[in-house]
Amino acid sequence: MIAALYIARRELHGYLASMTGWLILALVLLADGLLFNGLALAGEKKSFDVLQLFFYFSSGTTMVASVFIAMRLFAEERQQGTMVLLESAPVPEHIVVLGKFLGAWSFLLLLLLLSGYLPALVVVNGKVTVGHVLAGYLGLALLGAACIGIGAFASSLAKNQILAAVLAGAIIVALLLSWTLARKIEGPVGDVVGFLDLFDQHYRTFSRGTVKLGSVAYYAALTYGALLSTTAVLAARRWRA
Amino acid sequence: MIEAEGVRKLYGGKVALDDVSFRIERGEVVGFLGLNGAGKTTMLRILCGLLLPSGGRVLVNGVDAVDDPLALRRSIGFLPDRPPLYGDMTVQDMLRYAGRLHGVAHRELDRRVDEVIALTGLSRVASDLVDTLSHGFRQRAGIATAIVHAPRLVVLDEPISGLDPAQIVEMRAVIRGLKDRHTVLMSSHILGEVSETCDRILVLHGGRIVAQGSEADLVRGGAVRVEVVARGALAALKEPSPLAVAGVTDVETIAVDGGLVRLRARVADDAAREGLVRALVVAGFGVRSVVPLESGLEALFLQLTAGEASAAASAPGVAA
Repeated sequence: MIAALYIARRELHGYLASMTGWLILALVLLADGLLFNGLALAGEKKSFDVLQLFFYFSSGTTMVASVFIAMRLFAEERQQGTMVLLESAPVPEHIVVLGKFLGAWSFLLLLLLLSGYLPALVVVNGKVTVGHVLAGYLGLALLGAACIGIGAFASSLAKNQILAAVLAGAIIVALLLSWTLARKIEGPVGDVVGFLDLFDQHYRTFSRGTVKLGSVAYYAALTYGALLSTTAVLAARRWRA
Repeated sequence: MIEAEGVRKLYGGKVALDDVSFRIERGEVVGFLGLNGAGKTTMLRILCGLLLPSGGRVLVNGVDAVDDPLALRRSIGFLPDRPPLYGDMTVQDMLRYAGRLHGVAHRELDRRVDEVIALTGLSRVASDLVDTLSHGFRQRAGIATAIVHAPRLVVLDEPISGLDPAQIVEMRAVIRGLKDRHTVLMSSHILGEVSETCDRILVLHGGRIVAQGSEADLVRGGAVRVEVVARGALAALKEPSPLAVAGVTDVETIAVDGGLVRLRARVADDAAREGLVRALVVAGFGVRSVVPLESGLEALFLQLTAGEASAAASAPGVAA
């Protein structure tokens, strides 16, 4: 288990030592700032609505950032020939996957932390509770974890980082649009498809400052499933490549 | 130490390894010799638990590669043809990371890192980023990464590939230096290197072991091409040729200036070589020199990899 922490630390170091890592941080924070100024603060709004809007568009930047953060997890290691170090170490595949995930998620949490000055402005100058901010950030962290899990899975399958990003993006868009499919399907199957909806069904409540255990469980299960699939892909590689 | 029994590997319908069997004892430096695509890397990756065989089994210190891959990986250090190094880490940090991944105890780690840095001659660049290292130092750092956890078996895939002559000599010393503490299995397609560095050679061709043994065992009795320079008239070698000697084939003769004749022939063994010289002397030639045009190992390797395994099959140590 401690190997997962070593791998996570190495992963985090990799983001902070690379131009890509800093570029992702800069662009996402810039986008958050511009959207906050251009959308959330535009016109007369209650501070509750400002904060809700912030968490609304932050979900988009978080999903995009997660895809770009996760695309390198395995695809870059294979491209650079460093995957062998992990494959030849006495570390089980699920620990490698967990370590990689924790490293990428830590970087995303750092990014979210750095965006904290925007809701802090609302807390200081408006009338919102800290609980609303914490619930919103919990939603972003869970949404980001699920997207990084999906990104890790795509990265384990793809030959290069661009393909990994495209594949992860496609899966996330499919989950975002599952509500449209759910509306066409009647009965319990439609309910299940509707429950898979990544955003509308589960995230909106967080952005309003409410934490639903069912949604927490949904994001946790989605993340776990994605990481389990990633582990299976890595194990299967020993049979063929 | 290492035992491979009937190892097979299929990629789809393509056979990469077919019934590969060998045994390597503790403390040996063994070379896997073969052309590109012979199956060397596939075999090494199976030995290290990176790939699962389609058939047969591999035991390293009694541990089966399929049954207990983690235990197997604990006792092996692997350097692939491209060293697995992170460019954004210093050599020291890289070695610490590799040591931690392999479960080296915290209190041991610094001592082990210092040891392998000294052993592989990396002291001068220990604090440098991997990205700034020359190719030779990257290879050394790769070896250091492979041995930082003090594995019993070190597997090196083409460790001298791309090195300049000076670096090759240094790398050879590094690899020989590993012998005191590790069993070493290295692959190469460079004959001279395997010949210089290894105690024993396994020749792999078309996914099969076609010969194995020490260099001396392999080349004993093997046919070698030689060049003889002798004083005399070329006409004396015309039909009926005096060179109809057992074990001497592919005879070519050329007249050169100064009343000398240059003759090239393939001699099957030492007796044939002596017979050739004797026949020339009896025919009135003054033999000035007899020089082998290729090493015994080179000749054997060319025969084996040209699909002439049958010609070499009579040589001691050659697999049936």
